[in-house]
Amino acid sequence: MAAVQTQVAQQYNYDIVKKFAVMSLVWAVVGMAVGVFIASQLAWPVLNFDIPYITFGRFRPVHTGAVIFGFGGSALFATSYYVVQRTCQTRLWAPGLATFTFWGWQAVIVLAALSYVMGYSQGREYAEMEWPIDLLILFVWVAYLAVFLGTLMNRRQPHIYVANWFYLAFILATALLHVFNNLAVPVGLFSMKSYSLFSGAQDAMTQWWYGHNAVGFFLTAAFLGMMYYFVPKQAGRPIYSYRLSIVHFWALSFMYMWVGTHHLHWTAIPDWSSTLGATFSIMLLLPSWGGMINGIMTLSGAWDKLRTDPIMRFMIVALSFYGMSTFEGPLMSLKDVNALSHYTDWTVGHVHSGALGWVAMISFGALYHMIPRLWNTRLYSEKLVNAHFWLATIGVLLYITAMWISGISQGLMWRAFDEYGNLQYSFVESVAAMHPFYAMRAIGGGFFLTGMLIMAYNAYMTIRQGVREARIAEARVGPVAA
Amino acid sequence: MFKFKHEALETNTGLLLVATMMAISIGGLVEIAPLFLIEDTMEKVEGVRPYTPLEQMGRDIYIREGCYTCHSQMVRPFRDEQLRYGHYSLAAESKYDHPFQWGSKRTGPDLARLGGKYSNEWHVQHLIAPRSVVPESVMPNYPWLLETRLNYADIGARMRTLRTVGVPYSANQEEYERNVKDFGVELAAQFHIPNARESLVAQVRAGNYDGDPTSVSEMDALVAYLQVLGTMVDFSKIKPEELVKFR
Repeated sequence: MAAVQTQVAQQYNYDIVKKFAVMSLVWAVVGMAVGVFIASQLAWPVLNFDIPYITFGRFRPVHTGAVIFGFGGSALFATSYYVVQRTCQTRLWAPGLATFTFWGWQAVIVLAALSYVMGYSQGREYAEMEWPIDLLILFVWVAYLAVFLGTLMNRRQPHIYVANWFYLAFILATALLHVFNNLAVPVGLFSMKSYSLFSGAQDAMTQWWYGHNAVGFFLTAAFLGMMYYFVPKQAGRPIYSYRLSIVHFWALSFMYMWVGTHHLHWTAIPDWSSTLGATFSIMLLLPSWGGMINGIMTLSGAWDKLRTDPIMRFMIVALSFYGMSTFEGPLMSLKDVNALSHYTDWTVGHVHSGALGWVAMISFGALYHMIPRLWNTRLYSEKLVNAHFWLATIGVLLYITAMWISGISQGLMWRAFDEYGNLQYSFVESVAAMHPFYAMRAIGGGFFLTGMLIMAYNAYMTIRQGVREARIAEARVGPVAA
Repeated sequence: MFKFKHEALETNTGLLLVATMMAISIGGLVEIAPLFLIEDTMEKVEGVRPYTPLEQMGRDIYIREGCYTCHSQMVRPFRDEQLRYGHYSLAAESKYDHPFQWGSKRTGPDLARLGGKYSNEWHVQHLIAPRSVVPESVMPNYPWLLETRLNYADIGARMRTLRTVGVPYSANQEEYERNVKDFGVELAAQFHIPNARESLVAQVRAGNYDGDPTSVSEMDALVAYLQVLGTMVDFSKIKPEELVKFR
């Protein structure tokens, strides 16, 4: 077994995968810690400490950047490089370029966070990075596409495995979205400040076309790629239906790009584009659930694994949250529901049921599967995986329940009239009413973060164990290896 | 007859790339491209104007502090919002907004019609210590806005950049005269890039936003911006039926 694994390690470029996997854990801890902190600021504003650099407004993009691009992005780089090599049975093309994507991407995350606390922001959600960082992202992304395509073309298999289609769609769509949403003119060559090329309604449309597809491709398609490899691997069974995965892929890729306007219902954009966005959002339920069913049914005939294998449990719960979020999303995209839910915490809850429940949990599953294989050892502790699972699940549930209650209360309070036809509540009454739920949300986040810290410890011990075993093995073989 | 097999895509990287690109491009093209072509996207409304240099600096501070993470600037056409905030927002009202700041979350109230609702003194006090005027507020304190001198050294460069992306600031005599025609002498002078610094300081002196007319603070700029929000269009002069066709 050990000998086979060593051969595998030589056959594939695992070095780059290891680096990204470790950084993914580091950014998860950092990003989630910042998340718990800013959640607490909303419950207890004294935590802003009158320090400009850590006020909620500047710190919120640090949180979103670190979790989406730091944790999520690094997990995607790690798993895509792992999956594309293994399913194409070839080494990564252009290892130098791949190393550049690692250092470039880490620089992007660090520079972005530093620039936000310094007050440099484009003021576009999830695309706050100013123009020099945007250019760096572009270079990294082109390199990423080149490495990925190069590896696909060098494959020793006639077929390109389905996971790679999703990764490819994610890389292409992200490039497209990033370029068009960040069209801006810098104030000067040495100024961090820039102004967007578009204004008002057109700018809003471009931003939410980006914003929703960052969710659709970065946080969904790519993680479905992850799902299509790691769920069958961990279950030890082939994917439930190959035909369903074909339909799933094309329908999802085509439909997602239409739905961004549901973020702009009832705003000053033309009604037809808003209706079109809602229509496609509802249709999107079908491919989304197709994908979920495909993942969950892969386990058919091996359901007992849910009892015995905590990694599998992470994956299946992730798929369940995926199914729930992709039901909730179309519901919220209905104009009448949106009239209530928009601008409220319900949206925040929805994002987190997707981001914590689906994206983070499927990544945890994939990383728990991958890390022992990368370092050619066993997981340090399955018990800790189990503890992490329960902390994470309780954390998400606390979080989204708090946000459902606060979001729907806000929506109802804002539109409540008294018997004389006047507004029943002042705005600040709705703020005051949210306090217990903001506290509950922070506690839910705290649970999730605690689970994450346990995972980081477990991964650290696993890696240490792997390194030690490798050293012993090397000493045994002695001069032959040298 | 040509018979398509999905296998063709699965076994050819180039074909898969092209087909995926096509699948993901159509939605954006259909929804966004027309907005740049259809004239109806934007109403032509009397009163909408670019920001003065001071207001624009204030807007840049608004973006720097991430105010959009908790405040929207987009009133929707509902009765409760009409009562709470005022007339629903028109597309034209943000046509000089680079970038737009419609926001997506109301942890605090909408700000699209904030201008003129409170005094300058209230805004200064509220920004320094929100809970001193609204006890239940969860907004951070922004004491440094009053203490920090506004760095407006690059206001000319900022306005030139905005001019490049379509805001009608004037860089020469010809453009200045066009602005006189469109916005009147007083505003045209403020929109004239060569005079930007002088106009900015003059507005601080005249407006006395932060309570100290001699210093030019970040507070001056931000309050000037907050006080202009939603005030450009005089809705008493607009008939509702004129707006209906844009919805």
